[in-house]
Amino acid sequence: MRRLFLDALARRAMFLLAAVPSVLVILIFAGLAGKSRPVLALKSFAGILFGTSWHPLQGSFGLLPFLAGTLWVTLAAMVLAVPVSLLTAVYLSEYASRRVRAAVRPVIDLLAGIPSVVFGVWGTLMVVPFVRALGSLLGTASSGYSVLAGAVVLAIMVFPTVIHVTLEVFAAVPQPLRDASLALGATKWETTKHVVLRKGLAGITAAVVLGLSRAFGETMAVLMVVGNVARPPRSLFDSAYPLPALIANNYGEMMSIPRYDSALMLAALVLLSVVVVFNIGARAVLVRAERKAE
Amino acid sequence: MGFRRRKAEEAVFKVLMGASAAVVSGSLLFILATIVVKGLPALSWAMVSQTSKGGYYLGKEGGILNAIVGSLLLAAGATFLAFLFSLPVVLYLNVYRRRGSRFAVLTRFALDVLWGVPSIVYGAFAFILMVFLGLRASLLAGILAVALLELPIMARAMDEVVRLVPAALRDASFSLGATKLETAVRVIVRQALPGIVTAVLIAFGRGIGDAASVIFTAGYTDRIPESLLQPAATLPLAIFYQLGTPVAEVQRRAFASAAVLTLLILAISLAARRVGRRFTRHTIK
Repeated sequence: MRRLFLDALARRAMFLLAAVPSVLVILIFAGLAGKSRPVLALKSFAGILFGTSWHPLQGSFGLLPFLAGTLWVTLAAMVLAVPVSLLTAVYLSEYASRRVRAAVRPVIDLLAGIPSVVFGVWGTLMVVPFVRALGSLLGTASSGYSVLAGAVVLAIMVFPTVIHVTLEVFAAVPQPLRDASLALGATKWETTKHVVLRKGLAGITAAVVLGLSRAFGETMAVLMVVGNVARPPRSLFDSAYPLPALIANNYGEMMSIPRYDSALMLAALVLLSVVVVFNIGARAVLVRAERKAE
Repeated sequence: MGFRRRKAEEAVFKVLMGASAAVVSGSLLFILATIVVKGLPALSWAMVSQTSKGGYYLGKEGGILNAIVGSLLLAAGATFLAFLFSLPVVLYLNVYRRRGSRFAVLTRFALDVLWGVPSIVYGAFAFILMVFLGLRASLLAGILAVALLELPIMARAMDEVVRLVPAALRDASFSLGATKLETAVRVIVRQALPGIVTAVLIAFGRGIGDAASVIFTAGYTDRIPESLLQPAATLPLAIFYQLGTPVAEVQRRAFASAAVLTLLILAISLAARRVGRRFTRHTIK
């Protein structure tokens, strides 16, 4: 009897704990939304989101420069990261020998584990001077602390995410499909192109979106190399000031200026919403692809 | 298309693929090499054995022991807290609920969503929580923030391994009259122990390296915290602040600190791989 009682007790306790993740999602949204209300009482949501002037002391909190900064850095990073990640994933899944695969996969795992501050240090040491030199070579004066520097660092940071998910997608493509294509006389590359990539297209899109949302919210590494100038960038060599950097940088002042903290919490809410929507979309696609494969 | 052109296209892409894989692997090596080459010469025993003295950030004496200890305490506390939640959640989903049940799907989905939440958002949320609870920036508040960040990482990694425990093993345990709780604790946890240990270490590594979640919550101090309610310095923030000073000597210390953090992370990653294989004494192959 005691054993059954313990089991029943554990069932109830564990059920409560298992509800924590779902409750947490709701709490995070509710908490940030609640704290955003004071600044939303001042101006409409669209007015803040697309407002161009950021002068907390005068009570104007326009997020557009930061939104633009985030978009520039994220999109530039994805342009760099997607081709490299996809080619690497195709290589590892279709071409590489077992030994090469066993050697490269831990490297990708290690890359995923490097703290973002370390990426930031590396970026300031290597990428920023490189961008500065590139800028002067191309005739544009740049401090090096720029969209491009942020994009390079960020691209490397999203390699593991995109490669990992893509590899899983490729692994779900049934081997008999490949065999059939090869038996019809297609080369390995043709099989990859017409069978593996086509079959995995939805999953690849999901992998890219997951990478994108990872890049969208990355804070420290980007903050250390993009220059943080609150103006929408005009070129890759301009400085930018992404949304996450705005939140991280202004912790000090935020309590001393009215509604400043509220504006930053709204920025966090925007960040969260975008990332969650991306994630949900990507997961839905992946789950459906997985079901189809089974 | 002629056969030679078809072959040529394949050759071109093979080169591109090889180059891409080299870029990915090379970037890790490049980063590690940069940090080691710049960091190790600046590293001294004093840096890792002393706390920051007055004027440390202007180039005077001291070290970053406060940040190293702060980070270890913070990550250890957060990992413990995250573990207290992760293991029961994962066991519940896998033992008490069927795979396709609505609750299990919803909970896994929530974990996926949490996994994607950026650490700066956890920082902001933990800050709200901290103010709500009447806490100040402290070790405890930092632990809360990092535990939030670690929970989905740990739970998802555990779920992957617990899922792989053969159903036959579970059924055998049930057929011998064991309750679900007994099966979960004595059979499933034992069988999945290597993976569980790995999951804990992965989460610990992530916790120790994260800066954006503690910037709001843990505060920063030159002293080693003596209680949960005192502020705590962290290694990532120490690197960030040192790099931000205009003093060249302090910037060199930032490189050294980055080397310390990187070596710590590498050691944890390696341990996660090794130790995972070690805890197999009670598993059935």
